[in-house]
Amino acid sequence: MVAANRTAADTPFAVEARGVRVRLGGHEILHAVDLEAQPGEPVAVMGGNGSGKSTLVRALVGALPLTGGSVKIFGAERSRATAKRIGYVPQRMGAGSGVAATALEVVTSGLLGAGQLRPPRDAKAKALASLEDLAVGDLAKRDVSTLSGGQQQRVLIARALVRDPDLLILDEPMAGVDVPSQEALASALRRRRDAGGTIVIVLHELGALAPLIDHAVVLDQGCVTHVGEPPHALGVHALPGHDHDHAHTDVPEPPASPFAWEVRK
Amino acid sequence: MSLLTDPLVQRMMLVAVMVGATAPIVGTYLVHRRMALLGDGIGHVALAGVAAGWLAGSWAGLADQDALAIPGAIVFAITGAVVIERMRARGIAAADVIMAVMFYGGIASGVLLISAAGGSNANLMGYLFGSISTVSWSDVWVTVALSIAILVIGLGLKPALFAVTHDQEFAYSTGLPVGALNMVVAVLSAVTITASMRVVGVLLVSGLMILPVAISQMLTHSFTRTMTFSMIIGVILCITGVGITLFYNLQPGALIVVLGVLLYVVVASGASMRKRRRHRREMAVAA
Repeated sequence: MVAANRTAADTPFAVEARGVRVRLGGHEILHAVDLEAQPGEPVAVMGGNGSGKSTLVRALVGALPLTGGSVKIFGAERSRATAKRIGYVPQRMGAGSGVAATALEVVTSGLLGAGQLRPPRDAKAKALASLEDLAVGDLAKRDVSTLSGGQQQRVLIARALVRDPDLLILDEPMAGVDVPSQEALASALRRRRDAGGTIVIVLHELGALAPLIDHAVVLDQGCVTHVGEPPHALGVHALPGHDHDHAHTDVPEPPASPFAWEVRK
Repeated sequence: MSLLTDPLVQRMMLVAVMVGATAPIVGTYLVHRRMALLGDGIGHVALAGVAAGWLAGSWAGLADQDALAIPGAIVFAITGAVVIERMRARGIAAADVIMAVMFYGGIASGVLLISAAGGSNANLMGYLFGSISTVSWSDVWVTVALSIAILVIGLGLKPALFAVTHDQEFAYSTGLPVGALNMVVAVLSAVTITASMRVVGVLLVSGLMILPVAISQMLTHSFTRTMTFSMIIGVILCITGVGITLFYNLQPGALIVVLGVLLYVVVASGASMRKRRRHRREMAVAA
């Protein structure tokens, strides 16, 4: 556990969620979930479908109300003020979009926040630079609804990064994303981590991000079942040339051959 | 030339320009959020407000039965919009179900109140389908005041309102006051409907909010430009519609909406022809 050797005098956690409970449609989805992320540390939130990982990050960013517990961001109770330090990447482009909107307009909306109802003067330059960072500057004037899944994901990440956040929270950014987009994403996250940014990322499997992540919180049916080293996806271990040498305490033994892995998949 | 110096024509044109420019502003936000029919729901509630205004006027013994109609419509429309928004935000019911309840509740209670207040059929038709040809200077000033409010708030808060209607979850994460901004959209819808009621009537008001947006959507990829184009289209439709009724005895509100539908059909077939031609060209290049 990361928290074991900490004292109260230490710098506060970037994220400190304690006993978080969330109810949706009359059902409790999260049952007293704890999550901690040290400043500068990438943390993966993992688990199967319906384990509550998306619900957890939506609660962390304030998109869902808590029915119990607390969330602190850099030591302060989460509020509209702490929201300034958060860059959030939801799973998909918003449900809105009945009207076309350009990638530039979508990224510019990332510059708004508490007390900032209009974008600053240099908004356009900032938004363009953020799109360039994710290698999608040429798509600035395109309607986002006509972009591929991977391109949309990069626009959403550009919208979060344009805020220059201290804490980046991503919800399954790799789901349904093409390989070039995965690479653009992985390198953007690496740059963010190297610059001292904290990353909390929901992942189904580590995939291309495996080298980046050495701490994970695993959820199952709304409860934390594992905290510590990420349980690597079976697929990675079963593939030829796999060279990880860490302990596999919580992971079932990988199947004997790549063929067996294929069948299981 | 004498037409343009006629005070009634001046009043009609002024109201037409104001309403044509402002109705599509809120319409753009509603279409973006996929709540295009909200205007209809609120329009029906506004009708109940008109009837309540008549009833209050006759109880107070006012000489002008219409004196309290517009204030009644504003109060009812804003209340209705706020109730719809709160129920939607709390997830009490799906937005379309809430709107359906508003539809029927508004029109039924409107008819009940009208029968109690003893309003005339001609009066009722004026509110149902618009009565721009009876517009007075005081009507004009009310419309101008409401339109300026819509322009200032609807355009001034555009970046924030776009953010909230585009992706509410992300807007929450940035610390934007999501609840308050949603309420602004709802109240702006109510104000727009009351302002446009004189021109197109409560039954067609939604058409004036949505049709220009539906047309301009086919012409551009940008949210800002969709809104700008739709305002221009709204003004052109309203001026043309009102202008034609100066020469032909036609119902202006209905004419404006029919012109909008025709323009929509023309632009849509143009867009689909362009698409087909591009597709054919691409196929030729590929071959």
